[in-house]
Amino acid sequence: MMNLTVSQSIKIENKKVFLNRQLYFEMPQDTDFPTFTKALYKHAETKYPKFFKMDKLARLGFIAAEVLLNGQSLTEEYPSDKIGVILSNSSSTIDIDTEYYNTIKDKDNYFPSPALFVYTLPNIMIGEICIRHKFNGENNLFVEKEFNPDFQIKYINGLFDQQRVQACLGGWVDYSTKGYEAFLFLVEMADEAKIPFNIESILKLYK
Amino acid sequence: MADVYVVGDSIVSSLGFSSDENLGNIINGIGGIKTCTDKSLSPEAFPASQVDDQRLIKKFQALNPEKEYTRFEQLLIVSMHDALSKTSIDPTSEETLFVISTTKGNIDLHDKEKKKAYDPERIHLWAAAAEVGAFFKNPNTPVVISNACISGVLAIVTAAGLIRQGQYKNAIVAGADILSHFVVSGFQSFLSLSPQPCRPFDKNRDGLSLGEGAGCIVLSNDAGNKSKITVAGGSCNNDANHISGPSRTGEGLYLAIKQALKSTGIDPGEVGFISAHGTATPFNDEMESISIARHNMHNIPVNSMKGYWGHTLGAAGIIETVAAIHSLRNNILIPTKGYSEHGVSEPIRVISELSEKKLTNCLKIASGFGGCNAALILQKK
Repeated sequence: MMNLTVSQSIKIENKKVFLNRQLYFEMPQDTDFPTFTKALYKHAETKYPKFFKMDKLARLGFIAAEVLLNGQSLTEEYPSDKIGVILSNSSSTIDIDTEYYNTIKDKDNYFPSPALFVYTLPNIMIGEICIRHKFNGENNLFVEKEFNPDFQIKYINGLFDQQRVQACLGGWVDYSTKGYEAFLFLVEMADEAKIPFNIESILKLYK
Repeated sequence: MADVYVVGDSIVSSLGFSSDENLGNIINGIGGIKTCTDKSLSPEAFPASQVDDQRLIKKFQALNPEKEYTRFEQLLIVSMHDALSKTSIDPTSEETLFVISTTKGNIDLHDKEKKKAYDPERIHLWAAAAEVGAFFKNPNTPVVISNACISGVLAIVTAAGLIRQGQYKNAIVAGADILSHFVVSGFQSFLSLSPQPCRPFDKNRDGLSLGEGAGCIVLSNDAGNKSKITVAGGSCNNDANHISGPSRTGEGLYLAIKQALKSTGIDPGEVGFISAHGTATPFNDEMESISIARHNMHNIPVNSMKGYWGHTLGAAGIIETVAAIHSLRNNILIPTKGYSEHGVSEPIRVISELSEKKLTNCLKIASGFGGCNAALILQKK
């Protein structure tokens, strides 16, 4: 019987970052998103200038994965094509959609930018994480009103059952003008699951 | 593990409002890409594949809707209704899951005038999907998959996996996207639109053609009394290379094909034909030819359907899979419209004429922005 365990988790909300439920980083409540994510990037000693070209959603997903994996190279432990990234969110890419739309709404005088347009797909953040960490495995991006861990757990369990993944990042990364939230977890196989990959564990980590 | 059968299908596009109408046109060599002069989409005319507005409204009103639905939602509903009408699947059952594939959903609601007519929440993909689910009185929350151009293929693989796992008995997998100023201008900014109807795998290909439409595939663990086509397996793999350009080695697609074949126990040489993504951009088609060649599948017939429907984004993977299902059922190979002179570096066998071949399986592939790639195997029992 294969046991799945949640080996790492990260939660970013309200200018606070919790790594494995411990406070990792914090900034004043009135800090804006670019300042907060830039400070977090420096705090995590990230060196990846492309980060600053990403839209806000991709930046949020990217930095969450960065802090979660914290220099750990999963590709040394697993075949790269067996490491998946499965994420959900509610707002898809509404923030960058609005920004892009504003550049084209004057139909007589518009200059669409490919650098903006490419980020109008929510799975781009998964692509950014895969490029950074050299993950060649399963991707999926689900859009749901609110985080539905039940569905994601079923889906990720299915990927392990069908031997399509041996390790998988899952979670929720949402950005809109109303606010933002990231919750990522790493699921791996283990002889003994310290934190079993089930709804109770995920809800507890997400809270 | 349970087999997953295709028990119903539908295509709504520039070429018609059912699978049979679409395939009938295609077999007669008719394509749906025309010059589009709609200034609300682009100030300059461009080739595109558009759904007939008047026919869509008529088809939709015939379903007696009790409220207003957007064009995107109407496309989905008309296509799902058509696919369901050929099955005994109960859409109101808890055992039936709705899976919706789209990239931009109700993107036209960014426009202030259109926004006024609908609840602004409908801009959210989950809200549009919920409207569609409610139309059919489905009790489950629809699953919405938004993975760029592989959304449709990935939606089918995802739904089939959930049925195989025993989570649901049936899935109604539908995909749609509409032509919008948003998407047209974006592809123009990437300089990826061809000034002519697209020419997949051709030497003179110079970009893609955009299209709109919807498609639906009804899956069930019960074959009913007629289906012999199964979704046998699939895989999704990332290039981990670039967010807006395909890998030069075709790594992600190579891996997706490898895993999909492995999951079904089919050798590359046993594949009946390949339904490629074939967008007709120089890089995409070249990359696909490399991935196919890396599996030594040079002799397997390959087609692209983009010359008939253009690139319909969230609908593409669904409607192209429906076309592949019809090929399997009828033992025919559909030619690649727009292809005349070989234009990729690998000598893959691009289908250029309608022909007959005894088929038992098919490989459907797709690749998209974000470096994602998907492969799906259909099998005939």
